Amino acid sequence: MSGIDTVLRTLHDDERDLEQDLLAAAERHRAEHEFHHVATDVARWSREHATRLAALGRDLSGPREHPSPGALAALREKASQALGRRPETGLLLLHDLRDLHLAAVRNSLHWEMLAQAAQATRERNLLELVSACHPQTLRQMRWTNTMIKVLSPQLLVSA
Amino acid sequence: MSSTPERIADPWGPRTPYAPGTPWPVRTDTHLANGVGEEDVQRWVRSASILHSNGDALDIAVRDGRIVGVRGRANDRVNRGRLGPKDLFGWQANHSPDRLTRPLVRENGQLVESDWHTAMDRVVSRTRSLLDERGPGAVGFYTSGQLFLEEYYTLAVLAHAGIRTNHLDGNTRLCTATAAEALKETFGSDGQPGSYEDVDHADAIALFGHNAAETQTVLWMRILDRLEGSDPPRLLCVDPRYTPVAQRADVHLAPRPGTNVALLNALLHEIIRTGRIDRAFIDAHTVGFDELASRVEPCTPRWAAGICDVPAAQIERAAELLGGARRLLSTVLQGVYQSHQASAAAVQVNNLHLIRGMLGRPGCGLLQMNGQPTAQNTRECGADGDLPGFRNWQNDRHVAELAEIWNVEPDAIPHHGPPTHAMQMFRYAEQGSLGMLWISGTNPAVSLPELARIRSILAQERLFTVVQDLFLTETAQLADVVLPAATWGEKTGTFTNTDRTVHLSEKAVEPPGEARPDLDIFLDFAARMDFRDKDGGPLIGWRDAEGAFAAWQRCSAGRPCDYTGLSYDRLRHGSGIQWPCTEDAPDGTARLYTDGFTHAHPDRCESYGKDMVTGATVTPVEYRSLNPDGKAVIKAAAYLPPHEDSSPEYPLQLITGRTVYHFHTRTKTGRAPELDAAAPDVWAEISPAEAAAQGLAAGDLVQVTTPRGAIRARLRTTAIRDGVVFVPFHYGYWDTPRGHRPPDDRPGRAANETTVTDWDPLSKQPLFKTSAARMTLVSRRGTATDGTDRTGSTA
Repeated sequence: MSGIDTVLRTLHDDERDLEQDLLAAAERHRAEHEFHHVATDVARWSREHATRLAALGRDLSGPREHPSPGALAALREKASQALGRRPETGLLLLHDLRDLHLAAVRNSLHWEMLAQAAQATRERNLLELVSACHPQTLRQMRWTNTMIKVLSPQLLVSA
Repeated sequence: MSSTPERIADPWGPRTPYAPGTPWPVRTDTHLANGVGEEDVQRWVRSASILHSNGDALDIAVRDGRIVGVRGRANDRVNRGRLGPKDLFGWQANHSPDRLTRPLVRENGQLVESDWHTAMDRVVSRTRSLLDERGPGAVGFYTSGQLFLEEYYTLAVLAHAGIRTNHLDGNTRLCTATAAEALKETFGSDGQPGSYEDVDHADAIALFGHNAAETQTVLWMRILDRLEGSDPPRLLCVDPRYTPVAQRADVHLAPRPGTNVALLNALLHEIIRTGRIDRAFIDAHTVGFDELASRVEPCTPRWAAGICDVPAAQIERAAELLGGARRLLSTVLQGVYQSHQASAAAVQVNNLHLIRGMLGRPGCGLLQMNGQPTAQNTRECGADGDLPGFRNWQNDRHVAELAEIWNVEPDAIPHHGPPTHAMQMFRYAEQGSLGMLWISGTNPAVSLPELARIRSILAQERLFTVVQDLFLTETAQLADVVLPAATWGEKTGTFTNTDRTVHLSEKAVEPPGEARPDLDIFLDFAARMDFRDKDGGPLIGWRDAEGAFAAWQRCSAGRPCDYTGLSYDRLRHGSGIQWPCTEDAPDGTARLYTDGFTHAHPDRCESYGKDMVTGATVTPVEYRSLNPDGKAVIKAAAYLPPHEDSSPEYPLQLITGRTVYHFHTRTKTGRAPELDAAAPDVWAEISPAEAAAQGLAAGDLVQVTTPRGAIRARLRTTAIRDGVVFVPFHYGYWDTPRGHRPPDDRPGRAANETTVTDWDPLSKQPLFKTSAARMTLVSRRGTATDGTDRTGSTA
């Protein structure tokens, strides 16, 4: 397996994980309405990235199915609504945002590696893929960063 | 003409047709109390309408210290004498016997009458203890779109530089936040590009989600008069309801709610495909066209037809109308602002005008409308949390300028992040970090989404709530302190309409009892808090409305909303004047952007913009590299599926909206007999086909249920899109037995019992047109006697 394949596989799995993490965090923080909705929206990007990475036709397994909200999910949702009244959930949200941001940064660096390798090898398919996907990863990073900036003063000082 | 209840039956009155490029004829509308003739009026006092955003100039008739009627002002540029039904009848609420006349405070769980000293002392001592214990982040202000400029500016200074909190917003968040955001995204700064005179010149008028016939009746009269005159404009209406606008439209598109971006992208696709773009304008004045062109390239009418459920041929016809126009006027309102992807969609209408080069010339206008009468002032004065004068919180020089005007240190003005919008303040209150919320001139217990949640937040013991209003509203009933406010006609100040026209509204009569102008209440609070500037002088040095206006003029100098050429005296002797009004433009400015987009310059702009999906802020460095010369920014947006869509369990899409007879939560209009009688109770609207499919008929009592809650209403069948239910949002509980909430054993009547808590990530405007719902039969027509039988007439 070439170096490019290794990075592709890692990025593919990481994008799948980021999708899952975004959806799980969205569910955990249902009472944080903007976070909930936007996390669900940008999870779609990671899903699309993983699908397109898989579609390159290299040796990568397909993306996981979209998790259906089962009984367990409903339970977690109820718990998150009850927790929504307590200040500690604010800290939990900041921690989740930090972890999501770091995961997106990791993905961004892998996209960067692929972009450089694709240019060196003149692999146009791969370069097109990176050009289409990497900006969305950067948007995931900017979003988590903005949310941390906006929420930190309130959740760390006034809670 | 004299106006009688026929203006209830015909809200727009008789036509005065006119030809393109000629002045709109005068038609003076008057309504006086029964038995009062013009000869009985002792004084006519200058004002403008306060029950919508159109800014119709009027004079208040006074006799023996009471308001006895109103008359439209014929020499005003906005209305040329005309008034709408709410203007003609709404003033009667001023004299309603249930006005608040004394402060109330909560004792042992009950609100009891008190006096100003006791009430203000409670407010001040709670503010002080919260500031000491938890800092400024524990205190928030939620104001209105119905106070006056002078009051907003005073509130903005006391919140930003007195309390030093970021938590300040107006209920303009619900009506006009997306207009402001869309203007910032495209033009770098808030500020309405167009002018009502564009109606006089346009050869095509497009109304996007804007039922002007009911929300701005006088603007609609102007359009009707063009339609009846020679060489009328062609009309495009985008609305899922068959509104009076749709009935007059050459092309009516009724898309699925939540799909505006898909529809607009297809329209842009067609304009570009057919080469109806102004390449020279695009090259000279914009950045971002190439990205837009590639983004909308796959967005064919056929593609959009599948998403919006509108025939592709209709989309092509609409694009033909827009693309063939030589003078295009577009207006945008809640069908866009309160729907999924609100800002992204509103920005695409801006893009339409940019790529067609249709801005800054007569007839080539863009009106991102406001909902409320003084919403423009909430925005420009910073009572929506933005820095006053459209200053940029991310630009240190703007903050320093403001600090100099207020004579405080720059770090005394919180600017470490964007202001906290209303929905987020309620979230902080829910989660416990906001300990005090001061609500002035608005009624969140009826107007915000998911009311059971809002009531439970307001009722919390740990949240200290101050409510300043005219009546014991649903919200006031949940307050800890209630302050009785004077209203329009009882105080002096200015306000600005949606096309930047400033009017003076003078005091005509005394307020009832101990009620005080909102300005006096804020000034009293500032004095008691003893807010100081950096040299130890008072932070707020003015004592009356004219003093506040002068302070605001200084703050506005050099900014897009420059008021320095105005004065009370000028407004008193002429009529409405459009800002910017300066020494160089003493008669005001009809259109912005007649010569480039200077407000978009990185040093000058109010905002560097936001991500079209996530709302993440763009950094100054990114903006400067994208738009170094300050051009208009063309921002593309991809369609995203709505966050809540219909499902087998909830097969309908619920949208809420207005009726022509009411304003906001009926606090005033419900107390005007003609308006109340015209639309006394809530209803729900679906199409006849949808009703038949569900086994329902007009007049049945139905229940509308969503995952949040349910309401009961009489069913009307109208030519609305199949699969969509419309419910007016005005109705609450102040005139029902429980006072502020639904009865214990039954669903309520406030539309917002059912709406979803979701907002646009850019403008933070709540989305009231995006809930999934189902409708079930409660009882057949004529069989129930539960108080919902009073049906209103339909406009």
